[in-house]
Amino acid sequence: MDKALLAVVLLPALGALINGLRASRDPFTRKNRTITNAVALGATLLSALIATIGVVLPYVSHGTQQAYEHSYYTWIPSGMGQVAGGLISSFNVDFAFRVDPLSCTMLMIVTWIGFLIHVYATGYMSHEHGYTRFFTYLNLFMFMMLLLILGANYMVMFVGWEGVGLCSYLLIGFYYDKTFAADAGKKAFITNRIGDFGFILAVFLIFNTFGTSDYSKVFALASAGGTGQYGAVATAICLLLFVGAAGKSAQLPLYVWLPDAMAGPTPVSALIHAATMVTAGVYMVVRSNVLFRMSPTAMAVVATVGALTAIFAATIGIAQNDIKKVLAYSTVSQLGYMFLAAGVGAFTAAIFHVMTHAFFKACLFLGAGSVIHGCGGEQDMRKMGGLRKFMPRTHWTMLVATIAISGIPPLAGFFSKDEILANAWSYSKPIWILGVITAGLTAFYMFRLYFMTFHGQYRGGHAEVHAAQDAHHPAPGADAHANTHAHDPHESPISMTGVLAILAVLAVIGGFVGIPAVLGGSHPTTFQSWLEPVLLPLGGHPFHFHTASHATEWALMAVSVLIAVAGIFLAFRLYKRDEQWVAATSLARRFAPIHRLLANKYYVDEIYNAVVIRGTLLICRALWWFDRNIVDGLVNLTRHLTVFGGGHGMNLFDRFVVDGLVNGVAWGAGRGSVALRRMQSGLVQNYAMVMGGGIVLLAVVYLFLKP
Amino acid sequence: MPASVPSTEAYLMLSATLFAVGLVGVVMRRNMITVLMCIELMLNAVNINLVAFSHRLANLEGQVFSIFVITIAAGEAAVGLAIIIQLYRLRSSINVDEARTLNG
Repeated sequence: MDKALLAVVLLPALGALINGLRASRDPFTRKNRTITNAVALGATLLSALIATIGVVLPYVSHGTQQAYEHSYYTWIPSGMGQVAGGLISSFNVDFAFRVDPLSCTMLMIVTWIGFLIHVYATGYMSHEHGYTRFFTYLNLFMFMMLLLILGANYMVMFVGWEGVGLCSYLLIGFYYDKTFAADAGKKAFITNRIGDFGFILAVFLIFNTFGTSDYSKVFALASAGGTGQYGAVATAICLLLFVGAAGKSAQLPLYVWLPDAMAGPTPVSALIHAATMVTAGVYMVVRSNVLFRMSPTAMAVVATVGALTAIFAATIGIAQNDIKKVLAYSTVSQLGYMFLAAGVGAFTAAIFHVMTHAFFKACLFLGAGSVIHGCGGEQDMRKMGGLRKFMPRTHWTMLVATIAISGIPPLAGFFSKDEILANAWSYSKPIWILGVITAGLTAFYMFRLYFMTFHGQYRGGHAEVHAAQDAHHPAPGADAHANTHAHDPHESPISMTGVLAILAVLAVIGGFVGIPAVLGGSHPTTFQSWLEPVLLPLGGHPFHFHTASHATEWALMAVSVLIAVAGIFLAFRLYKRDEQWVAATSLARRFAPIHRLLANKYYVDEIYNAVVIRGTLLICRALWWFDRNIVDGLVNLTRHLTVFGGGHGMNLFDRFVVDGLVNGVAWGAGRGSVALRRMQSGLVQNYAMVMGGGIVLLAVVYLFLKP
Repeated sequence: MPASVPSTEAYLMLSATLFAVGLVGVVMRRNMITVLMCIELMLNAVNINLVAFSHRLANLEGQVFSIFVITIAAGEAAVGLAIIIQLYRLRSSINVDEARTLNG
């Protein structure tokens, strides 16, 4: 199994390597395209097949509760060290993989959804010059995502965590010649940095507390320690981990990058920004469930942030007109749902929703991609309409996925959402209320999207007009998809609709693994008992799945279905029955301030712009001023001191003292000579008299003054 | 030693007087020939000195020296007179003050 695991992870890396080296070749020749497709699809298909046959099936058939771990080599050997609590431990990090029910679930989602989206992208991206480059990034992303979910310790996870962030950046900025795409890429990258900072701090703290970053050891220690043992440290670890999760999974207040990330090609939005990467934060929280359960404070924070994000993004979603923006806010909202689930202790429900959401949201995004593809790059829903006539297959698959996300039984979304809401009910009523309102809003904005896009009359002109307009006024934030179809909307090729059909089927049946006891399932549900080994006992108390009386369950279910139906009915009234959207428009006009607030996404981007970016710039300017005036001033002062004090002073000293001395000597010599030349009169008798006088003087001194 | 022979001090006094007279003459007189003669006077004062000490110390070296001095003085007089003649031809005068071209 260890070799199969390695193959699963390394095959996409190999694909990325091969296609990366071929990225500059012309993708429009038959030969090059065939090779690119074969490498990219072959790598992901083989990876998915090996993951299924070589990893998951053997693990399941083995029937053991034990996680399978295999270490390939010691990645970071760093000797012995002392950790808090006086424990001596060796700080070694292995390059190791772990297979347990949780990573199996994620493995299946990532490899198969990843493969399907690869197939879809061969159709969607067929007109792109960067075709091979696109698949290089996509394969690289698969590699990093697999590292993230299969790693057996936090460090390997961190490598994948950073890697998917990089791929996300590369793919959002895929149309790097468009400013808004490049900016969106940078925004995603920088926002994720904040989260990653929290994550790496959490990993350090885990190292410091437990002396290792291996899941098995950390969780065994935490599980044995129970709730009280680590106290505030556990809360700190969990909150820092959650900062990381909030960055990666677009939670308040770090969600701002995800809507902008829609600047990337639609398959990327589906794969990375809906189905897989953004759920990495949920995966990480569920993976660390033992740590989180030690800290009720952290759990409460996770649940609250999740619930607030869910309703916050859902309210924005009802006022957006860009089809991908609606889906983006819907994704943020659903991610909030998943964190809500994790926060209220329904870890299996969180992963269940990750799975069902991957099915229907991938389907929705790919369907939106198909619509955009068919409308020649148009993304504004106000210019669509009536598309069910032009694109019947896209219409049906999207309708299924829309019903699924709205939570109508018996589709997948109903079961996961119901499990979450049932848990929220027993955890806290306000959070449950937020969840239910979000469910209603979700049903409303999803059906609004559906009716605006597929019903009524086609409101777009001919595609040429749009193509020409778009070329001159590219909508900011729009997927810069190539406009190559100069005719009416048309159905997409089979490579795209086929994938949509598979995902639609999954969106229908995906929920059946989690049928609750009240609807004739088992307790715990199949999915819950599958994931049970991941939920270690804490301080000797085994994990309990939520139970409620059947009456309560029925009531909760009825409420959530009713509010979903109400949302759908409202959307039907406003956008289907009322073809001209008179009521919707007048409502928007009557509540103009609210509508403007929602349409402008609560001005969060503007607030961040004003506070964070301007603040940063302000600090930068202040530092720049300090640098320019104080630091440079000191340097210049030194210079002035040198010039005026040193230079001029020295100059004066040189001129007056040194030169003065020299000149003084010369002057003295001259003056002396003038005085002394008098003695040389030329009169020999003078000389003789001086000599004689001298002798007399000497004689007098010698004879009479001699002491 | 006979008593008529004066003492060394007397010779020295004579010598000193002669030397002083010669020196004053050299310094004071303007006539170049007089100056020359005064130099001779000073030389002979020295000779008296040398002879006196030679006698006093019974050493002949002093007398030998005085003979030398007389010889050299003859040469000196010859050269000095030659210079005076040349000066006279140049300046039409033998006044010492006339010959002061080498002043500073």
